[in-house]
Amino acid sequence: MSSLNIFDIAGSGMNAQNLRLNLVASNISNANSVSSSLDQVYRSRQPVFAAELQNIMDKNDAASGVDVLGVVESQAPPIMEYAPQHPMADELGYIYKPNVNTVEEMANMMSASRAYENNVEVLNTAKNLILQTLKMGQ
Amino acid sequence: MAINFNNALGIHPQALSLREQRGEILAANLANADTPDYKARDLDFSSVLQQTLQSEPRINKTNVGHMEASNSVLGADLLYRNPHQASLDGNTVEAHVEQAKYAENAVQYQASLRFINNKFAGLMSAIRGE
Repeated sequence: MSSLNIFDIAGSGMNAQNLRLNLVASNISNANSVSSSLDQVYRSRQPVFAAELQNIMDKNDAASGVDVLGVVESQAPPIMEYAPQHPMADELGYIYKPNVNTVEEMANMMSASRAYENNVEVLNTAKNLILQTLKMGQ
Repeated sequence: MAINFNNALGIHPQALSLREQRGEILAANLANADTPDYKARDLDFSSVLQQTLQSEPRINKTNVGHMEASNSVLGADLLYRNPHQASLDGNTVEAHVEQAKYAENAVQYQASLRFINNKFAGLMSAIRGE
């Protein structure tokens, strides 16, 4: 039954948005994780999405779910702060803070939750339509 | 007189199947709302109707290796949506537009379903002869 495809598609969308929410949570909770060297500091993590192509030869095949290609770390420079009295300070007196922009992350979170809701809505509507179709002719 | 289901049901089964396909495409658009470079797509109902009325021969795929004929979704080309405000990452999905189209499509699906159900009810009462 091909209409069950819609569950896969909306499901993959929810999966992608769920991962995005997870990464936002990770970024925000680590926003103040101080470390004492540049390579140990937490970097903001972002997901990379791509459309899932079922058949690359078929230009009419549009019904594609979302593929999560992976998670990348932000290349923005971490924040260096001069704090010689801090217990984590290095020999020069600097501490390193993650390059997490909490405002950006909050906006990201709102966007992810709205997109997730959209997918749930699509799934519910499709389910209702299929249930009605199963009752056809009764 | 034999009952011919194709004649009795008319165009509605095809319409239902088209709406189901369209629902799938719109769902894919919404799922890919945050995918960079994804282009929103849609079907044009009138071109499908035209194709159905002309009853052109359809090519069937019998092997996975076969390339798809350009008209595959019930004889309709999948078109790309013209975005009102294109985003910088090349994505042309506008969630509000897609939601509206999806809701429209769901209602049309229900309408087609209702038509078919009424046809069946008519057939049933003809068969029972009540």
